Amino acid sequence: MAAVSNHTASRRADRAEREDARIEISGLTKRFLTPGGELFTALRDVTFTVEPGQFCAVVGPTGCGKSTTLSMVSGLDRPSEGSVKVGGREVDGITDGVSFMFQADALLPWKTVLGNVLMGPVFRGVPKQEAHASARDWLRRVGLTGFEDRYPHQLSGGMRKRVAMAAALINEPKILIMDEPFGALDVQTKAIMSTELLSLWEQIRPSVIFITHDLDEAVALADRVVVMTSSPGSVKAVFDIDLPRPRGSVQEIRFQPRFTELQHQIWDTLREEVERAYARTAGGTA
Amino acid sequence: MSMTSTTTAAVPESAQASAAAAKRAARRRIASVWAGRIGLAVIAIGGWQACTTWGVVDPFFFGQPSGIAKRLVDLFQHGTEFGSFYSNIWTTIQEALIGFAVGALAGVVFGVALGQSRFLSDVLGPYIKMVNAIPRIVLGSIFIVAFGIGVLPKILLAAVLVFFIVFFNAFQGVREVDRNILANAKVLGASQTQIIRHVIVPSALTWIIASLHSAFGFAIVGALVGEVLGAQSGLGLVIKTAQNNFDPNGVFATMLVISVIVLGAEWLIGKLERRLLAWRPPAPSESNVL
Ligand SMILES: Nc1ncnc2c1ncn2[C@@H]1O[C@H](COP(=O)(O)OP(=O)(O)OP(=O)(O)O)[C@@H](O)[C@H]1O
Ligand SMILES: [Mg+2]
Repeated sequence: MAAVSNHTASRRADRAEREDARIEISGLTKRFLTPGGELFTALRDVTFTVEPGQFCAVVGPTGCGKSTTLSMVSGLDRPSEGSVKVGGREVDGITDGVSFMFQADALLPWKTVLGNVLMGPVFRGVPKQEAHASARDWLRRVGLTGFEDRYPHQLSGGMRKRVAMAAALINEPKILIMDEPFGALDVQTKAIMSTELLSLWEQIRPSVIFITHDLDEAVALADRVVVMTSSPGSVKAVFDIDLPRPRGSVQEIRFQPRFTELQHQIWDTLREEVERAYARTAGGTA
Repeated sequence: MSMTSTTTAAVPESAQASAAAAKRAARRRIASVWAGRIGLAVIAIGGWQACTTWGVVDPFFFGQPSGIAKRLVDLFQHGTEFGSFYSNIWTTIQEALIGFAVGALAGVVFGVALGQSRFLSDVLGPYIKMVNAIPRIVLGSIFIVAFGIGVLPKILLAAVLVFFIVFFNAFQGVREVDRNILANAKVLGASQTQIIRHVIVPSALTWIIASLHSAFGFAIVGALVGEVLGAQSGLGLVIKTAQNNFDPNGVFATMLVISVIVLGAEWLIGKLERRLLAWRPPAPSESNVL
């Protein structure tokens, strides 16, 4: 009896926490002042929602404003118009419970691997011993035991990405933002790390926004794929990926017919935008 | 038995042989570098000695290596008119060190503070540029007038000279902080003080430490100039007295001592640099240098 009520209570708490993790982006517009003094619209009226615990991939041609969108979801930047709500609350400054894996290398070169992973707990004031234990645990989970005392420049690109992943996940975020996290990796490493990411994501189940240029990766990982138009970026289409979970290895799933079908649909939508973006930059240089 | 031991030893033996050859080559290289260095010193000092002995140049104006050596021994043995040579050396080192510490600390604090705050740097920027344009060495005269001929005005002059070098480097270092790293720390929940401690200061440290190398030289210059302008003790005073006595050997001998001090400080700062910046990837040629 007690056990049952306990159970329902924890489920209710769970659900309340989950509601916290909904990301609602509505009417998001961002303009930048160019050095020439003109206004440049990077994003126009972007609207989409990421449900709690959902894995949402965003694809779009280069320069369409994907990174810009993320900086406003994380609270690093302010929208010109529209709003981003996390858990029903308007984002206003750095949001609690959000972790960010950046497009560029963002590890602190003067901290060791352990020091980098420790940053989250240290900044949140977790006691030293506890923080160390959990940092070591996360390094084990990303397969970097034995590299604690190395500096980032002594690691390979793939290892640095793992450190960044551990550093982002150690805070057990309710929202995980990833900007082309594996973009610079070779195909094999990328496949392995995507599979690892999936299994870690299943353990803590944050809502994820995942930017990528790789449609295979987007379809293999995500529940929902948002396709953006070329600059100024807005949402062109949203695809729900109904491949069953757990999906297991990212390489295996590629051979399912449904995967291929979805991948083609998304590519058909995206191609036009990519071509337009390409023509624009090519025309600009010609 | 002996067969197996020779076959297993064969591979390491050849590896050892090539390692030994590489070591020999490295040793030869070091020997030739040192031969070159010593040869150069012999030519320079010997040439100077020869020219002054043969009367090509007048040792009365330009000194003479043998005279400098004699004068140096004399200084250490018999001291100067203002106490022992050691006490004079100590005075100058003290002034330079304290001035260096005060100037460097103030430079770092102001550099980091102004690099952080757009408003402060906008307000103070033009004034700092103006003060920087002043030939600050002249401040020595004012300090002597204001604070007498004790050690304080020398410390102040050294500190002022050091401050500006360190300040500009710290300021620039803060400005050069990688935007991504900053954003990363912010998202991980760092407070402003945590950002300064974990991101901004370590990042600026590369610049700050680079500036310390030249800054110590300036601290010594500040102390010496202050002493030349008016002092009761110190190497600047020794130099000034030697100058008044038409004793170039005395000037050169003191100069030699000063350069030894600066080299020592340089060595210490280099050690500090290697400790604090251990995280940096080695420069591509660093392993070949020295
Ligand atoms: N601070 C800024 N000032 C002016 N323009 C900016 C600024 N930041 C981004 N932009 C512009 O906004 C547009 C979108 O940039 P963003 O970095 O979001 O693109 P992206 O979709 O992430 O591209 P990629 O896929 O290549 O990473 C670009 O055209 C860029 O030039
Ligand atoms: Mg981007």
